[in-house]
Amino acid sequence: MMKDMMQQLRDTAIGAILKAENVESLEAMRIKYLGKKGELTAILKQMGSLSPEERPVMGQIANRLRSDIEEALDQRRKDLEAVRMALKLESETVDVTMPGKDVKEGHKHPMYNVLDQIKDIFIGMGFEIVDGPEVELSKYNFTMLNIDESHPSREWTDTFYFKDDSSICLRTQTSPMQVRTMLTRDVPIRMIAPGRVYRKDEVDATHSPMFHQIEGMVIDKGITMADLKATLNLVVEKLYGEGTVTRFRPHHFPFTEPSCEMDIRCHKCGGKGCPTCKGEGWIEILGAGMVHPKVLAGCGIDPDVYSGWAFGMGLERLAMGEYKITDLRLIFENDVRFLEQF
Amino acid sequence: MLLSRKWLNEFVDVSLDEYKDREFAEAMTVSGSKVEITEDLSKKIRNVVAGRVISMEKHPDSDHMFVCMVDVGKDSPVQIVTGAQNVKTGDIVPAALDGSILPDGTEIHSSILRGVESDGMLCSLKELGLTLHDYPYAIENGIWIIEEDCAPGDDIGRLIGMDDHVVEFEITPNRPDCLCVIGLAREAAVTFGKELKLHTPVVEAKAGGNINDMAKIIIEDPELCPRYTARMVKNVKIAPSPAWMRERIRNAGMRPINNIVDITNYVMLEYGQPMHAFDFSCVNNGEVHIRRAKKGESIQTLDGNERALSENMLCICDTDKPICVAGVMGGANSEIVGDTAMVLFESANFNGPSVRRTATALGMRTDASSRYEKGLDPENTIKAVQRACELIELLGAGEVVEGIIDVVPNEIKKTSVKLEPGKINALLGTDVSEDEMRRILLDLGFGFDKDNVLVPSWRGDVEHYSDLAEEVARFFGYNEIPVKFSGAINKCGGYTDSQLCENKIGEICRSLGMDEIITYSFISASYYDKINLPSDSPLRDSLRILNPLGEDTSIMRTTILPSMLEIITRNFNFRNKAASLYEIGRIYLKRDDGLADEPKIVSLGMYGDGVDFFTLKGNVEAILKGLRVGDTAKIKYTAKKDNPSYHPGRCAEVWAGDSCIGILGQINPSVCANYGLDCEVYCAELSFDALFEHKGALPVYKPLPRFPSVTRDIALICDIKIPVGDLEECIIRSGGEYLKNCELFDVYTGHHIAEGRKSVAFSLTMRSDDHTLTDEDAEKTVAAILKALDSEFGAVIR
Repeated sequence: MMKDMMQQLRDTAIGAILKAENVESLEAMRIKYLGKKGELTAILKQMGSLSPEERPVMGQIANRLRSDIEEALDQRRKDLEAVRMALKLESETVDVTMPGKDVKEGHKHPMYNVLDQIKDIFIGMGFEIVDGPEVELSKYNFTMLNIDESHPSREWTDTFYFKDDSSICLRTQTSPMQVRTMLTRDVPIRMIAPGRVYRKDEVDATHSPMFHQIEGMVIDKGITMADLKATLNLVVEKLYGEGTVTRFRPHHFPFTEPSCEMDIRCHKCGGKGCPTCKGEGWIEILGAGMVHPKVLAGCGIDPDVYSGWAFGMGLERLAMGEYKITDLRLIFENDVRFLEQF
Repeated sequence: MLLSRKWLNEFVDVSLDEYKDREFAEAMTVSGSKVEITEDLSKKIRNVVAGRVISMEKHPDSDHMFVCMVDVGKDSPVQIVTGAQNVKTGDIVPAALDGSILPDGTEIHSSILRGVESDGMLCSLKELGLTLHDYPYAIENGIWIIEEDCAPGDDIGRLIGMDDHVVEFEITPNRPDCLCVIGLAREAAVTFGKELKLHTPVVEAKAGGNINDMAKIIIEDPELCPRYTARMVKNVKIAPSPAWMRERIRNAGMRPINNIVDITNYVMLEYGQPMHAFDFSCVNNGEVHIRRAKKGESIQTLDGNERALSENMLCICDTDKPICVAGVMGGANSEIVGDTAMVLFESANFNGPSVRRTATALGMRTDASSRYEKGLDPENTIKAVQRACELIELLGAGEVVEGIIDVVPNEIKKTSVKLEPGKINALLGTDVSEDEMRRILLDLGFGFDKDNVLVPSWRGDVEHYSDLAEEVARFFGYNEIPVKFSGAINKCGGYTDSQLCENKIGEICRSLGMDEIITYSFISASYYDKINLPSDSPLRDSLRILNPLGEDTSIMRTTILPSMLEIITRNFNFRNKAASLYEIGRIYLKRDDGLADEPKIVSLGMYGDGVDFFTLKGNVEAILKGLRVGDTAKIKYTAKKDNPSYHPGRCAEVWAGDSCIGILGQINPSVCANYGLDCEVYCAELSFDALFEHKGALPVYKPLPRFPSVTRDIALICDIKIPVGDLEECIIRSGGEYLKNCELFDVYTGHHIAEGRKSVAFSLTMRSDDHTLTDEDAEKTVAAILKALDSEFGAVIR
């Protein structure tokens, strides 16, 4: 009798639970079936009429019934929640093809990108970075670099001056940093000196009265032209990739002897000759040479004990080559539409 | 320097067959004579041949054209239609056949002209890239009726000397000896291991008289004229020079004129010694004075221009007047003309820089001056004048008078350098034998006196063992020098602290969305007015470039603001909606010793939607925070009302302790108006040195709080003029040990707030490091703060 009632309650309750459509109605069902005033309690109230033998059996059945209903409630709740979550997520769908929110990032000037690349290569080879004035003594910019008084680069048509006697100028090259470094530092020296330099050139697609150079210098006992080649070859490989073919040509600078220019084989045509390399198959990269013994001696370094090499390269041309920038004026125009490309 | 390979071959056997242009160029380049381009002239003219006109008929359908049958050396003649009026039957003319190419790039093909087939074109001089200077007997507007020795079918390219290859060299300024055929032949001989075949000019000088009885040469300025050599020619017959000479002159990039002028140019191209020919009848009293121009003197140069001379210009003069600007250009008053009968050849040596300055001052850089300016070989003058006289006799252009005048006021210096093979190898990192070194030097024309190397007169650039090292290296091969590091790296490279700080600032700026700019260090003085800089500001005392390119780049900037505003303006004018820029650039402050202090300034600039004072300030704060300036000093912003570049109500100075780090604010609208900027612009100028000086050290870890914090918001009413910063400072000062943070979250005026007052709301965060804060602790802290605010500012809780 009571067993039948419980069986019936189970069928009704579980059937109703499975049909419940939301979490709220589940709670109502729990109260209805299992609550203090619920249907199971009502049935259990009749336990008193049972024989002592029947009571534990019925008790057991009633406990199982309770846990079965609880389990059904739990299961249904989980199912309903999963559906609800799925619906919620569905409703939150976004159009992933819409653009991301604008996060503005800043950009290093393209020329300084290239400069930093070069600095890092030299730092890796034990070089320090030195810095010096742009308003410079002509003595350092010219005289101590073995550039004689009548050299054309000293003319007022070529160099900016601050004094009538031509004693102070805007440095025309970073090479006075060779002099300054030798005068103030102990040997051995391994340095590079990037910076602004100035020449009296009208602005056009390849000229600017202000531009940038990187100077480099090594002074020690036993430094040779072989060392110059080894070091600069390595730099160029780092800059342009392994296997870059280089060539050294004799050249002339008053403050190095022997002097050379360094070319790399044109990467565009592989040396056959093309517009990029003006048909030569080679692209000029930098000028270099062994520091002139007169320059060493003039800076108080004994050329019979020490030797060294130095190089200088133009930064604008390097950056223009790297990024295929066709007009030097863009570099100093600073249009954000240009800057933000790098 | 243009070099004809045919001409070169006269001195050294490097034929085109043996060394193609590319191979020749590569070898010469790596031995030190850099080749710019090579050109096969024969490619510029193709399939143009000499043709004999065998018949001519009027074009049936044209009243000005003729139909010619032309024998071009083939089995049958070709039919060519021409519009020229100067051709007759029997003439030899240049015929461009079907498929021919002319020097200007034109291709000629068979075509139908008014119904008549034409298998080519008869050419004028111009169409062959020639002028009347090349073939003076021809006419300008008409077909070139060839008077040269040639037969139908002969190649015209070959006839006019275009069966040649021309090489253009870029010669470094230390090697003026290479600006001629012989100099390059010497380099080529050593480069290719061939013999240099030099020629000694022979002059018969059969004319009567002696130059020493006819002319006098007086060097009045030995410093500017170390040598002057001259010879005389009489019974001169001015005529065109022969075709071979004209071709060579033309292939070297010059123009043939007449036999005398061509000889001087030919000798210059061959020997590198500029020469001049004077009409001796125009040299008053037969005296040549080499002196500086006198005040007020002038000369009409050969180009027809009247030139005022200044007292530092060297001139060749007769007893009365200048007749030539030394080393630059001759005078019209002694020019070689059709009836010139007596010629004085000048072969002189002048001071290089003096010639250069004169040429620059007169604005005429000539073939002669560009050689002289580099310093020429003083021993070359005799050889050159002898060669000129030899050519006179060879061409039958006149009769050479006996004798040479050769004035050398001071002994010409000879240089010798000790050969030190050990030092040379040590410099190069090579192991070249002494024998090899001697061989290279001998081949280059150096002599030896035991261990002393005698430097040839044309090598003024060699004076030191390192110069010899370069000679050895050039022919040992720069690319044969080993690639070998000299030793272990004995130093640790890297950035200095200051460089690291600069890099860090750049990183922060970019992380804040700013783009880096690079601006010119020089500006115009008028830019100071544009930024409203007071007229008595010491910043107006700038270093001034005495020879600027223009007013816009004439002074070194003492403030970086105009540079930033210029770039902002440019971006604004480019219609870029917004820009946020930074530069770490120098300013240049005058120093007593004439040089400059060149401190770096961190310059920020921005405009665009939503950008206001606090955007800029947020960026400045982020930089200070990134450098942890707050670790070393108290940061303070104070209103700055009297900097006229900035908005008086929206400008602040930023301080670290007692030192002012910089200024930031909105650019004064009147300054913006000066730049044509129709928007709000915000800029900051921060001293890099101050930032570096106050930069914090490495951070030290602080334990994370173990106890919860308590937050209390307070809203205050106070006088509208009290700066929020002052209230905040008071709160922090009076907050005691528990107050950990004080954050402004609202400032309000208007409705519900009395006139002249404002509501300011702060959020206070309190915490104890050793216990959970009680309400009582928090209340006490807030009470202390409110008391202080009330007593100091009359600020009360709302």
